[in-house]
Amino acid sequence: MKKTYVSMQLNGEPVEFLAEPSQTLLECLRDTLHLTGTKEGCGDGNCGSCCVMLDGTLVTSCLVLGVEAEGRTVTTIEGIAAGQKLHPLQKAFIDHAALQCGICTPGFIVAAKALLDQEPDPSEERIRLWLANNLCRCTGYDKIVRAVQAAAKEIREEKQA
Amino acid sequence: MKPFDYVAPTTLDEAVHALAGNPAARVLAGGTDLLAQMKGGRREAPLVVDVKRIPDLLSIRMEEGGLRLGAAVPCIRIATNADVRAQYPALAEVASLIGGTAIQGRASIGGNLCNAAPSADAVPLLIVLSAVARVAGPGGIREIAVEDFCVAPGKNALGEGEFLVDLFLPKPAAGFKAHYLRFIPRNEMDIAVVGVGVSATVTDGQITTARLALASVAPTPLFVREVTEALVGKAPSAEAIAGAAALAEAAAKPISDMRAPAEYRRHLCGVLSRRALTAVLQ
Ligand SMILES: Cc1cc2nc3c(=O)[nH]c(=O)nc-3n(C[C@H](O)[C@H](O)[C@H](O)COP(=O)(O)OP(=O)(O)OC[C@H]3O[C@@H](n4cnc5c(N)ncnc54)[C@H](O)[C@@H]3O)c2cc1C
Ligand code: FES
Ligand code: FES
Repeated sequence: MKKTYVSMQLNGEPVEFLAEPSQTLLECLRDTLHLTGTKEGCGDGNCGSCCVMLDGTLVTSCLVLGVEAEGRTVTTIEGIAAGQKLHPLQKAFIDHAALQCGICTPGFIVAAKALLDQEPDPSEERIRLWLANNLCRCTGYDKIVRAVQAAAKEIREEKQA
Repeated sequence: MKPFDYVAPTTLDEAVHALAGNPAARVLAGGTDLLAQMKGGRREAPLVVDVKRIPDLLSIRMEEGGLRLGAAVPCIRIATNADVRAQYPALAEVASLIGGTAIQGRASIGGNLCNAAPSADAVPLLIVLSAVARVAGPGGIREIAVEDFCVAPGKNALGEGEFLVDLFLPKPAAGFKAHYLRFIPRNEMDIAVVGVGVSATVTDGQITTARLALASVAPTPLFVREVTEALVGKAPSAEAIAGAAALAEAAAKPISDMRAPAEYRRHLCGVLSRRALTAVLQ
């Protein structure tokens, strides 16, 4: 099948690539653009390991076509840190041991950032509901929730300082 | 996924042209049903027509007589829209019930309706809100009442080359309330074992409108017209509610599957109908 030209903003930079219409955004990110931070778990929208931001909205990139990204803005886990400085969520996941094998972690961090960007002080219940679209086989979730709470607190304090 | 062609028209006319003469083409809204089905090999399409670049399908507009909801608006925008939350709170709630956050970033109410699953959570609510679907196609524009939209599992009333443009939800009268309740074994991210949508208007202590529709207990979302007849003209009371819930239970035609046996589903119809009716009538 003929490939289609796609141009988009990816983590703040313009990128161009060719995609077959049947390739998912996840495949384009990983296989064409070689950004392998975004993971594939289920491939059908249930596990959240492929979460990215598309025009500022959290989506599962396994259920988005690469060609749909034409003219759009995409942020992946690779775009979360400020250069060498980890985002407070990334740091909190390490400090709170909120990962074991780590395959779910990029999705959780992108999803949690989407929440904290709009709600700086979510309740524990809100965090758990928001992250219900993300599955983790290893941690039992509690440490993930604690890490998100700690990062939220740190971001609030940074803002006040 | 099997290879296919992709187009993203920017006007209704372009979309009508793209679909014309291509009966196997599929419309793409949020893709949370369609792409999952195509990836799983349960659906094939030589052409995918992405309707998310057509402004009409992406707008939420308050009009004189009600709300016009673009067919492809993702649930997250519906759930956070101030007008929807103020005037159609049950719709905002159902939008935040479909899937999880990342699914809601893509899933549309129009897609939920067009996919025509018996378990679609938004459809019973659309029925009790008396929503009307506006459809475009080679013959122009026509309207379909939402209760007539789903005709069989996975089959809708759209003719060849037709697609859903938007849904019109009449403005709620004073004293109108609507509510959707579903039973799932977990708190989130599951398919309804049974869903019940209800609406009613109470004026001067008398029920003046009442509608009830069920999910997951028939081949299509089921509008239980008998409930309207049983309740209108009565005063809200526990007996009236019990009578209506019994009608809902009797109307259900559930099957047994891995989610629940038929008797359990029928029982749930009665319980959820009673609870949902109590919520809107008392
Ligand atoms: C993880 C997960 C969880 C889910 N949870 C729920 C849930 O809790 N409750 C629930 O009800 N559903 C759920 N779903 C199913 C799905 O998300 C919903 O049905 C959703 O509303 C579909 O909308 P969409 O925009 O993604 O539709 P799409 O997948 O784009 O389309 C669905 C179907 O409708 C057709 N279509 C779409 N738009 C139009 C149009 N404008 N005109 C004509 N045809 C059209 C498509 O061709 C396709 O056949 C879930 C799905 C996933 C993957
Ligand atoms: S891989 Fe996309 S949700 Fe699981
Ligand atoms: S850390 Fe292994 S799945 Fe979450």
